[in-house]
Amino acid sequence: MQAVRNFFDSDIWWSFTRNPVTVISAIVAFICVAGAVLAPWIAPHDPFDLASLQLMDAFKPPVWEAEGDPNYLLGTDDQGRDVLSAIMYGARVSLLVGFCAVVLSVTIGVAAGLTAGYLGGTVDAVLMRIADIKLTFPTILIALLIDGITRAALPRDVHDQVALYVVIFAIGISNWPSFARTVRGSTMVERNKEYVQAARVIGLGRWRIMRSHVLPNVLGPVLVIATLQLGFAILAEATLSFLGVGVPPTQPSLGTLIRIGNDFLFSGEWWITIFPGVALIVLVLSVNLLGDWLRDALNPKLR
Amino acid sequence: MSNTQPLLQVRNLRVEFPTRRGVLTALDDVSFDIHPGEVLGVVGESGAGKSMTGAAIIGLLEPPGRIAGGTITLGGRRIDNLPYKEMRTIRGRQIGAIFQDPLTTLNPLYTVGRQLVETMTTHLPLTPAEARKKAIEWLELVGIPAASQRIDSYPHEFSGGMRQRVVIALALCAEPKLIVADEPTTALDVSIQAQVIALLKRLAREKGTAMMLVTHDMGVIAETADRVAVMYAGRIAEIGGVRDVVKNPSHPYTIGLMGSIPPITHRMERLLQIEGAMPRLSAIPKGCAYNPRCPRVFDRCRVERPDLIPAGATRAACWLYDRADKEAAHEVAQTGYGEVRHA
Amino acid sequence: MRDAAALGATPMLETQDVARYFDVSRPLLQRLIAREPKRLLRAVDGVSFAIPKGTTLSLVGESGCGKSTVARLVVGLYPPSRGSVIFDGQDLAQARADASQRRRMQMIFQDPYASLNPRWRVRDIIAEPIRAFGLVKDKAAVEARVGQLLTQVGLSPLDGQKFPHEFSGGQRQRISIARALSSNPEFLVCDEPTSALDVSVQAQILNLMKDLQKQLGLTYLFISHNLAVVRQISDRVGVMYLGRLVELAPAETLFRTPRMPYTRALMEAIPDLEMTGRQRIPVGGEVPSPINPPSGCPFHPRCPLANERCRAERPALIPARGTPEALVACHAVEEGRDGGPQVEPAAVGAVQGV
Repeated sequence: MQAVRNFFDSDIWWSFTRNPVTVISAIVAFICVAGAVLAPWIAPHDPFDLASLQLMDAFKPPVWEAEGDPNYLLGTDDQGRDVLSAIMYGARVSLLVGFCAVVLSVTIGVAAGLTAGYLGGTVDAVLMRIADIKLTFPTILIALLIDGITRAALPRDVHDQVALYVVIFAIGISNWPSFARTVRGSTMVERNKEYVQAARVIGLGRWRIMRSHVLPNVLGPVLVIATLQLGFAILAEATLSFLGVGVPPTQPSLGTLIRIGNDFLFSGEWWITIFPGVALIVLVLSVNLLGDWLRDALNPKLR
Repeated sequence: MSNTQPLLQVRNLRVEFPTRRGVLTALDDVSFDIHPGEVLGVVGESGAGKSMTGAAIIGLLEPPGRIAGGTITLGGRRIDNLPYKEMRTIRGRQIGAIFQDPLTTLNPLYTVGRQLVETMTTHLPLTPAEARKKAIEWLELVGIPAASQRIDSYPHEFSGGMRQRVVIALALCAEPKLIVADEPTTALDVSIQAQVIALLKRLAREKGTAMMLVTHDMGVIAETADRVAVMYAGRIAEIGGVRDVVKNPSHPYTIGLMGSIPPITHRMERLLQIEGAMPRLSAIPKGCAYNPRCPRVFDRCRVERPDLIPAGATRAACWLYDRADKEAAHEVAQTGYGEVRHA
Repeated sequence: MRDAAALGATPMLETQDVARYFDVSRPLLQRLIAREPKRLLRAVDGVSFAIPKGTTLSLVGESGCGKSTVARLVVGLYPPSRGSVIFDGQDLAQARADASQRRRMQMIFQDPYASLNPRWRVRDIIAEPIRAFGLVKDKAAVEARVGQLLTQVGLSPLDGQKFPHEFSGGQRQRISIARALSSNPEFLVCDEPTSALDVSVQAQILNLMKDLQKQLGLTYLFISHNLAVVRQISDRVGVMYLGRLVELAPAETLFRTPRMPYTRALMEAIPDLEMTGRQRIPVGGEVPSPINPPSGCPFHPRCPLANERCRAERPALIPARGTPEALVACHAVEEGRDGGPQVEPAAVGAVQGV
């Protein structure tokens, strides 16, 4: 209870309430996330339930168009699937991939940065050179590479089952260097602070000092980068799915929906691709705006 | 000194910081004068508002801080309400500033010569060639060896003490009437500090420049200042001639402050200490801000805020010296900390 | 010269010709391209002293003289490049390996804003050594001990649940002292413990440290640049210049008859608070770089008494002529060129601020 009261009394909360753009972003992001997470319970239709699909309902335009059907607010696709429901389910996949990829990046990046920054010397040099090499490859290239390898190595049905994890791994593995660099920098500052020296005088082991003293003090910037990276990870996943190497079509993400709808764009059924696209933009933009605000709010110099 | 017009007049200066928990008053009712050629020392502990007084005068209060009341007059002209651009010309031409860290004043990308020349050509009717000649003279004057060669060096090529000398040259080269020096020697080693103090004092005397010297070091003040203002919790607690304030202070805070300075002449079993700490701006006590720590507190101190009133040879914001409490004042004069200190 | 011999019983701490070099060369590749040799910064270059139990030795000097490096060598934060540190008759490395020995030494730091982990509550900060050394097992007993320590340093046991940022600089330094005391140490290394504090608070902390020394029989190694503070707390004082001890003497002797010209210059530089009107002649020049120290006596470029021998030959720390209780590294003193031990007390009437 005390913790909750402290939070609402904190500078962070105060800066949040004073910033209308941030408040709107937070509300939008919340709606997006809630819609995605709760899709199975609140979506008007189940786009994956083949039994309920009516081919009769294919290519219905959004409800405000002349031939719109109030059952399908944002229209239907070529199979008669409700676009709104497909977006909600698709956002679920996009968010899952984005979130897991960022968690993976944070874990690898923080571990590498903390170790490199605290131990220094050869360990630092080796870890940071690996990060540098990693940075010379674009995310998409690595993801394509990993996807290609797994496709070649695994039978098709097995690949479809693990495709989601492959994408998470491919995106997660490409983004860790930015976390590692930030954490390394802050660790090198904290390492020389006197409270760390005090712990060393007591004779605590280096891992214990890194975990209980340094780590909590370097996590602030990580939170900021993680929020910004969530947007990038969602976009990376959409790009991969759009290129056809992301998640399998049986579990369409927003990127998959855009790719499928893309075929109908010039035959007049624009809603099939535009709405998932808008949803993607809104989701990524709101998350990024939150990240920007968090960066400013946690930066004591700008406060 | 008092028969001349004061160069700088600060009257009832009030500086506020709006925060989310309400407006904090960082400076309240601060008034003092500085005459031409005079050095006013402003001392106090961290958070007393001494640096903020300097920042308010040179128009460099950090936002969201703002002057909320009172006036600052320089040479008969009000400067507290000038637009930023106009204040900038005054800052170069009429007020020179010296800060604790010379690196904040010097631009690391330009040679010291270029910075000196630019300052002079902006503010004085000099050609670049003349200005360069003068720049070398200034560097020589502040004691930089081989000035004609060093003029084309970059700030990082100088040591800390030499950099502070360059900053002094930079602050003085436009021949301002007033110098605001904020902890100019704090970042320097003792032996360098002595050199820089001697230099500042000599230049101020020679050029007839007035100086406001902000520092926490009573020793520096005693060596350099003509008059001293002691600040506490955003107000002036005591102001007077340097000898009177240092040797024979009136305000209990000044007495405590002077007493808690460890002497080098002898070892004391216990140092005189002031209990507690300066209040935060958000929790300044009612009445006299010093009352919770004051050994001579009485009822009036807890309710009514004292203004500066004559107290011995100085002026102190203390009810002990009010007519109504003259007896108490007499008592404190009899049992000042002065003797305790040398016991 | 072994300083301990004169003092009898086993000292709490002794250093023998201890040195610490730092490699400040540029990165390997750049160095090879520019054909530069390795560059060594001799932060501490052969320092020997001993601290008898229950007394205070202070090291003074200007920034870069190596005093803080000595403090870190003595608690084992740096291993020495040369020489040895002996803690209560045992080599420091061995003592540090043994938790029951290690808990006997603690350190107090300069910056009260950096020496406490901002994310920890005060009670956890103070309890950390207790837990690390397993001194008290029972949770309630730990809490009681923390409360007792807080009271001992002049705070309230209720302050334990607050975070460091809720305290002023002086209070934080008290918390730092409580943490250092929590493992019942006998030896405290204090690295400029009052130089970040205001003068009235400095007096509080100095008084507290004196009281604690009396109550608990502590031994202090006190590092400071402020001679007036050093005078208040020390039994013996060592003056450092460019990584070396240039004078080591009982406090009374040092302040009454400073011998080494550098010590005298330091005292001369202190602003005169008594306003005797005495004209001070500040020592000229600046501290040279410890990467390229001057030949011979490191002070010779600034010394008014320097001659050929000073430029060529490094003086040893030996008993001074006239005041043999003081060890001085100065050819001028050895040869009697310094005006003898009957020098006027140089700094009578001088008082220094913070």
